[in-house]
This record gives sequence, C-alpha cells and structure tokens, in this order.
Amino acid sequence: MKFTLSWLKDHLETEATLDEILEALTDLGLEVEEVVDPSARLGAFTVGEVLHAEPHPDADRLRVCRVLTAAGEKQVVCGAPNARTGIKVVVAQPGDYIPGIDTTIQVGKIRGVESHGMMLSEREMEISDEHDGIIELGADAVVGARYVDYAGKTDPVIEIAITPNRPDALGVHGIARDLAARGLGTLRPVPEVSVPGTFDSPIKVTLDASVRDRACPLFLGRTIRGVRNGPSPAWLQDRLRAIGLRPISALVDITNYMTHDLNRPLHVFDADKVEGDLLVRTAIAGETLEALDDKTYTFDGTETVIADASGVESIGGVIGGAPTGCTGETVNVFLEGAYFDPVLTAQTGRKLRIASDARYRFERGIDPEFTPRGIEIATQMILELCGGEASAVVTAGAMPQTARFYPLDSGRVSSLVGMNIAEHEQIRILTALGFGVAKEHGGIEVWVPSWRPDVQGSADLVEEIARVASLSRLESRPMGRAPGVAKPILTPMQTREGTVRRTLAGLGLNECVTYSFIDRAAAELFGGGAQATALANPISTEMSHMRPDLLPALLRAAARNQARGFADLGLFEVGPAWTGGEPDDQLRLAAGLRVGHSGPRDPFGARRAHDVYDARADAETALAAIGAPDRLTVTATAPGWFHPGRSGVLGLGPKTPLAAFGELHPAVLRALDVQGPAVAFSLFLDNVPMPRKAQASRPPLRVSDYQAVERDFAFVVDADTPADAILRAAKGADKQLIDAVSVFDVFAGEKAEAQMGAGKKSVAIAVRLQPTGGTLTDKQIEAVADKVVAQVKKATGGTLRG
Amino acid sequence: MDGLAELKQKWTDAIEAAADEAALEEVRVAALGKKGEVSLKMRALGAMSPEERQNAGPALNALKTELTDAVLARRAVLAEAALTARLQAERVDVTLPPRPRTEGSVHPVSQVTDEVIAIFADLGYAVAEGPQVETDWYNFDALNIPPEHPARQEHDTFFMHREPGDNRPPHVLRTHTSPVQIRYMEEHGVPCRIIAPGRVYRADYDQTHTPMFHQVEGLCIGDDVSMANLKWTLEEFFAAFFGREVKTRFRASHFPFTEPSAEVDIQCSWEGGALKIGEGDDWLEVLGSGMVHPKVLAAANVDPERYQGFAFGMGIDRLAMLKYGMPDLRAFFDSDLRWLRHYGFAALDVPRTFA
Repeated sequence: MKFTLSWLKDHLETEATLDEILEALTDLGLEVEEVVDPSARLGAFTVGEVLHAEPHPDADRLRVCRVLTAAGEKQVVCGAPNARTGIKVVVAQPGDYIPGIDTTIQVGKIRGVESHGMMLSEREMEISDEHDGIIELGADAVVGARYVDYAGKTDPVIEIAITPNRPDALGVHGIARDLAARGLGTLRPVPEVSVPGTFDSPIKVTLDASVRDRACPLFLGRTIRGVRNGPSPAWLQDRLRAIGLRPISALVDITNYMTHDLNRPLHVFDADKVEGDLLVRTAIAGETLEALDDKTYTFDGTETVIADASGVESIGGVIGGAPTGCTGETVNVFLEGAYFDPVLTAQTGRKLRIASDARYRFERGIDPEFTPRGIEIATQMILELCGGEASAVVTAGAMPQTARFYPLDSGRVSSLVGMNIAEHEQIRILTALGFGVAKEHGGIEVWVPSWRPDVQGSADLVEEIARVASLSRLESRPMGRAPGVAKPILTPMQTREGTVRRTLAGLGLNECVTYSFIDRAAAELFGGGAQATALANPISTEMSHMRPDLLPALLRAAARNQARGFADLGLFEVGPAWTGGEPDDQLRLAAGLRVGHSGPRDPFGARRAHDVYDARADAETALAAIGAPDRLTVTATAPGWFHPGRSGVLGLGPKTPLAAFGELHPAVLRALDVQGPAVAFSLFLDNVPMPRKAQASRPPLRVSDYQAVERDFAFVVDADTPADAILRAAKGADKQLIDAVSVFDVFAGEKAEAQMGAGKKSVAIAVRLQPTGGTLTDKQIEAVADKVVAQVKKATGGTLRG
Repeated sequence: MDGLAELKQKWTDAIEAAADEAALEEVRVAALGKKGEVSLKMRALGAMSPEERQNAGPALNALKTELTDAVLARRAVLAEAALTARLQAERVDVTLPPRPRTEGSVHPVSQVTDEVIAIFADLGYAVAEGPQVETDWYNFDALNIPPEHPARQEHDTFFMHREPGDNRPPHVLRTHTSPVQIRYMEEHGVPCRIIAPGRVYRADYDQTHTPMFHQVEGLCIGDDVSMANLKWTLEEFFAAFFGREVKTRFRASHFPFTEPSAEVDIQCSWEGGALKIGEGDDWLEVLGSGMVHPKVLAAANVDPERYQGFAFGMGIDRLAMLKYGMPDLRAFFDSDLRWLRHYGFAALDVPRTFA
C-alpha cells in the first residue's frame, strides 16, 4: 500500500514529522517498507538559465551554452535539440549523481570543449520516460532555486506492508485513523456528500437468486450522463503516479483514487455500450469475457459476473470488461458500487489468475456500509471533473448485516500482554478506532465497526488495544524455573540422532543438509518415485518427489564436488525420507557415502580405494554408538542400488534391517554422474531397538589372571563359504575357553585355486583362549584345537590347510 | 702380591680403550674369562701358602670386582653411544606431512539447532517433533487459518499429490513448525514449554529464499504466561546465543494463530558494511511471535479460558547466518565441500550452556 505524506495529511490533521509518522506506522503493525523522498534524490538539481547557446565547433549536434547557475556562470556542452538561448533549465553541477543514467558527472571535455555540468531531461531525473530534450521550466523559475521546490516534487512516498487482517488500512483514510488513535493527530472525517438524482437511471440492476444470499448481497449504481472523459487534473495524476499507477482518463482515475483513498473499489461502465439492464449472477460454464487487461477469460460456472443482454460484461469484484469500458469518447456512464463476498472473490481471482486492486480489497473484506457514501463521493468527483448529470441511485439487494459485539475483560488484556493498560485507556483506544463501547451490567461490550471484518472475538480486541498502546512499551518479565536439577529434555530418539551425527562426523565424513525432494528418476533408482510421494506443485522437475532415501542427493552432491575437482570425499546426512505421502510415512535415516580413495597420495603408500568394508565399518561404528545390539546378522540381501556381490544388510533377522551397506551399483553411479568407486550405507534409526530400561550399573568385570593363548588355523574351504560361518563354528567349539576369534588372512583367486584346487580358498583365523581356572597345558590346548578343526569341518566342510 | 697394580692398570686401560661391545667382550674374556689373566691368577691362589693366600686372595677378588664393574660401566657407555649413533642414523624428515586423516564436520544447521536446544533446555523447554508431510488441518485450520483465509495464499504451500477419487484435501509439506504446537498439546496437554526445530517448506526460490529451510517453534502455555514473559524469554535466548546482551523491539503485527501478534527485531549495527548484533541503532527482524490464539488452544483441546501462553517461530538458517556470517542461504543446501569444511563444526564441539 502506497501513499504520499500530503495525501495522508488530507485525512490526518497533524504536526508530527515524517519520521514520527513512519515510526508510529511500523509500531502500529503497518510496517513501513520504503520511503522515497524525491527531494533527497533530486534535491541537488537547481534552476539555471541559458544565457547564450552556439554550435559546437567540432560537432554538428552539440551546442556550447553559457548557463547562469546557482554557482555562477558556467560553460555547459549539451546535445539536446532544444538547448537555446533564453530558456530556464534544470542544472546538475559536477559531483552530482544523475539517477536516470546512474552516473556522477564530472568536469570534462566534450570534443575538445570543457563542460561544467549538465542540463537534464525528465528521463535523466527518472520523472518520466520523456527524453526528446532537456526540461524547459517556466519563466517564473528563479535561477539557483532547487528544482524540487519549484516543481513541488517534495512529497515523500510511503509504502507500507498490510497484514491480511487489515483491509481497513488499504485506504489512506484507514491509515490516518490508526495514527489518530495513536495520538499523532486528528482524523479528518470523510465529508458527508449527497448528490440528488435528477432522473431515473435507464439501466436497472437485478441480483439473481444465485448471488443474492452470499456472492453479491448489495449492488448500487447510477447513470451519469453528459460527461467529458478527458485527462484528469494534474493533482490527481501526480498522486496516482506517485503510488505507481498510470493516469488513464478522468473516469478511470477517479475510481482508482477512490480505491486507494477510501478503500472503495468502484467500476464505471460506458452506459451506451451496455445493452439493456444489468444482472448480477453466477457465470455459465463456457462463457467468456475480454477484460480490461486485454486478456480473454473463460468461466467455469462458479464466478460472480455482471451481465447485460449481450452477455458477461464484468467479473464481480475482480475486473471490468473491455467492450463496456470507458474511453475518451464516453459521454454516458453507469457507476457501480457493490459488495462482493471475500471468499468467493478470492476463489475467482485465484482461478483466473487476476491480481487487481479490486480483488485484493474485496477478498480481504471492504466496508459494506460505506457503499452508499462511496457512490455519492464518486458521483460528486465525476460531476466536478467531467461534468454531467446524475440519475437517482438504483439499489439491488440489501445491506449485509455485520453488527456484532464481544465482551472485553480489561483485566485479561493486561494479563495477556503483561503490561498495565488502564481500562479508560483501553476504551479510548477502541473508541478512536471506531469501535462502539458500552458498559453493560458490570461488563464491557464492544461493537465492531463495519470496516473491521477481521475482528471476530475478544482476542482480536486485545490485539487492537495492545498495538495502539504500543508493544514498544513492553518490559520483559522473568519466568520461574523448575526447582532442582533440570530433567533431560531430549527423547531417546532425539539423542540418538545427535549421537549418530557426531559419530559420523568423527569418522571423517562431512555432514550435508540436502533437499527433501528429489527428481523422479533419482527417486526411482532408490525404490521411490511413486505417485503418492509426488508433489502436486513442484518448484521444478529436479524437486518433484519426496526422497525414498538420503543417498540420491548425497550422490548428486558428490558428483558436483567431483566436477569441482574433489575426487575423494565422504559425505553424510541425518534426516527424513518417505515411503508414501501420508504424515506417518516418514522415516528417520542416516546415510553416508565415501567416494574415491581414503585420501590424497602420500609418501607412505597409505592411500587406498574405499571398499565395501569401509561402509560396513562406518555403519557398525554408528550403530554401536547408539547402543544397537552387538550381535547382528549379516546377510547379502542389500537393495538393488548396491553392487549385488559387494553389499550386505546388518540386521536383527531378515525382517528388521538396521543398516544396508555396500559398493554402489555402477549403473546407479553412471545415472547420477559419479565417478567410482563409491561405497555407502543407510541406517534405519527407527528399527534400532531402544535399550530395555535405563540401567546405569553394568555386570561385574570378570578378568582372568592366567595367561591367554593365541593359536592360528588356516582352513581350506569352498570359495563361496562365508568367513562368518567359519568364525561362528570356531567360536562355538569351546564356549568356556574361546574368548575371541578373528580372521587375519584370506587367500583366494587363481593362485589359491592352483594350490588348493578349483573352487577353493584359504581362510586363516586366530583363536584366543582365555583360561580361568589355571594355566593351560599343551594337552588342553591341543584338545581345544582339535575341537575347533572338527567344528569348522562340520559347519563348512573345511579342512586344515597342510 | 706383586704386580697387581700394574695388572689393574693394564686391564683398566684395555677396558677403557675398547671401542665397541665386541672389543670390550674380548678384553673381558682375556681378563676375567675362564682362561683370562685374572682368572688364572686366582686359580694360582691354590698353590700358594696360606699366608700368601691371605693377602693375595682378597686383593685379587677386589681386582676382579673392580674390573667387572669397569666392564659394566664401559658397556653402559658403549651402549649409550651405540644408541645415540643408531638414533642419529634413524633420523627421518619430520617436515614430511603425516599419513592423511580426514576431518569430518557437522553442518551449521545441526550445530545451531543444538545450540538453540541447549539454551532452551536450560529454560526448561522440551524438544517436540512432528511430521513434515502434514494434513492441511494441522498446518492451517487448527492454527486458525481457514481454507479461504488470505494468509493461506501467502504461504506458497507445496501440496502432495492426491489420487483421483480421494476427496480428502491434499496434504501439504508443512509451511511452518507451528503444527507441532497442536500435535504436542493434543498428546501431552498443558502447561508446557516446548521448542520444535525442523525442516519447513515454501514454494519460493530466489536470492534469499530456498524451497526448504529450518525453523524453530517455541510454545509456552501456563496460567498467567504473558507477552512480557515472551520478551524476557527471547532476550535471554539472544543473549545466550550471541554471547552478549541484545535489545529486542516488539512491533505489532498479525498472525492468524496469535493474538496479539508481534514481529521481533534485534538490535544491530551495519557500521562499515559489517553486521554486528547487539550494538548500534538499527533493528533487524528475526522472528514472529505472539500470544496463542484462543481458537488454536481450543483446536488442541486446551481450555482457552483457563490457560494462556506465547508462541514464536524463527529461522534456524537465518540465526546461523547472523551468528556465523554465511552470506547466502542457498549454499546451505548445496553440499559444496569447501563450504562444509569452512562453515562446519568439529564432531566434539557439542553446544552446552555450561562452560
């Protein structure tokens, strides 16, 4: 919402300075977004007089002028065709900034002739697009005076943001009312105007049953005949231009002025182009209208329209039609002032994608009771500016009832706001805003004015009082603390997310936060991309589906980083993913990705390519950090985006996977432009069981003082025997004595097969025996070793390597 | 016994002269070995008369002990020298960079979320969560934003796909963290103090907007909680977060779910083109807040006649930018390694309100 200071002062009698007004506006909730003070932008330019102009010696189109300026007589070279002796001009001195050409001018030589300044065109001052020549001021302009003072361009333009609850502030009068309530001056009342009709309007209006109850309960109009629709007067054009509107013709300018001045949108039909009477009704599906914005709209049958005998002529509360629009030739007009339902107007405007000043106001709710006065005021303006003769007003429908009251509990106001506002001050504020206040049976009743459709309860009254009383007066008041040591405030799952995050960062991975939506192709690669997870209105095809996993975005991030020259990297993310489109379909995941090598090349040969075991180690470390059980099953059942032979799932049995890990499938890497190798893991945090009960104490530590013994075994097994099977068998050979079993070598491949036979490999394990009752004898050790060999043979068919 | 002094001198000199452990061993064997000179002399004691033996025995024993000690001492010296020589030889180029280790990092959004949680935990706030695909009832209606309210249009809402025939209103990606207010109060009732950090979504993408960003919601409901308490709470938060006292300015505003509503500015300075929080005469808008609307309490089955309280919502990404100086919101979600490493935090840098 834009207006100028002088415009505001039409409605507000005030001694307040601009700064005081701006501060009050923002404080009242009418946030000032911008103030353009033309005198600040153009204030440097002064009036000059061209004493003598002669052709430039070296350039046909340039003229060398002697100009009398505020700084004395100066030589100025000028290219304007109208630069001639005797005219008064606008002069910029060296060092002045010229907004229209974004340049600070200097003393310079133009084709060898010195120039000390510049004479300006309107475009160079950003007043208009006019650039055919320099501005010629009237002879009354005084040399040396500021141009803005001479031209009266000193009226600051104020732009404020209007929250959706304040339709009343969409007119300058409403803004003035707020400022007056704040104590910044006195509200000037809107004049009582009545223009009696001298004849009956030849155009009548009927409200169809389809709109009478809700869409358009009230429609007023009158014919004004014999008008001259020329340009509007300069004061009106200036005001409209100041707020960014283009002056069109007196009739149109008047309706625009009424819209911004009094928040009363109106429409004028060219009465000679209206066929028969007007009917306000719901549109018929398929009807069309060529509107004043030169676009043709087709209706679906829900819109409220104003139609004549030849069809739809206007969209109620949104935009008028071109065929019945006013032009320079218009002599008879029909003026419309109506009330259109906010919700239906909003629906129509949104569906047809029309953003008009009228729609903006009707959908927030204008003051229905002001409709008759609005018609009278507009009629008077039309008669004043265009001449003519007005008919009697035709009225269709009835005034919608808005009267309502709410109780005010003045003590509650102070309790909610936390600021003492005396009851009489609360009443004063509400009264100044136009509310009716009545003390009834010990309570206070507050009646809501017709221009405040947003006030729908006592709580809204509190807001009105608080904002006018000023929240800047609010003083902070401490709150109590619960006694004792604070209780933990995070849920176990929240703690778990934090632990996973910091564990993975500790493993050398960099945390990313990526968008929750990804492109469909990437989602499909990871088992997603279903319609249920699609956005109905994605911002781009790159962000069309809720992600099924965190890895696609991490892989895309890896590809971007590789393109920037980072070949080796480790990324992770902790965040949500979706299995469907319902609120319950959200998963908590953590995923990590390692691409390329363990690090840059180094003199120690430590660099190696990441492999599946790095991903498994990351996953296991993170799972251990959040207290997952330490005996997890490992199965080669990872989803299809992993390498089928180099991936696995860590879980509590087949139905409860806790993590998937592995090398990524080369096809996936290719699709996402990642240069391999790349290994990854996803942790399913929801599946990790919570510890049964928080028990701080641990089982007693049992350590043995007897020497532990380690024995190594190498088994020849079938090449597809999992190492885990050998380890489990060995461990189970003597549960008392065997403390730990680990693999320390695997010999597989062609050379191994050459030694041990086709389809064979060798797995070497170390078995650690920890006696508790006494030192082990050789015999005891032999006995255990035999059991290990026997168990492994039984479980895997493996034999001790010779 | 004659010649013992010479003998001692001879072997002592030989021991001292031994250049390495092997030479020393040769000397030891020649003197004290089975057939060494001193050993032979001791063996000769048996052939002596008791009187002679009485003199010569202790003298020889003393000599043997002395020489043995001298050998041990010399051996220690030689071992020391050998070690020194070996260590000299083992010298490596310590200016060589070590085996590379990669430093991980925590994203600023996570770090700042943890900071916010730590500060509000100290004030007695629990952390609540809610789904990000949300029903339009929780995201709008329950928050006093009915279907045709203009505020709904200003939310730039993302809608989820709806199958033809499914006539429920489409779900939305939550446009704010406020739905968590309703879900929390429904489940846990009041009084309560919670914050709800998390992802929110708006269909907007330009220099200063991304279609996803992070908010933290605050909700405090009790018997007599007031806007003055809200101001205190926010000032305490900003002081702890920015590490200095920060003045706030409350400006009247409007949100459908609060009444009265206020936008809150914090004190700042733009002197020299650099933003400094907590000094200067300028104001920076950082959050929206207000007293929870009675209709919102009622929607969450809380009696608005009995309870009142405040709510606020602020941008976590924005807080991060203000505190740590990232210039561009879009970079938060771009996963550029250079950015992650520059603006990220160490794994063990866990925010807490005590030291």
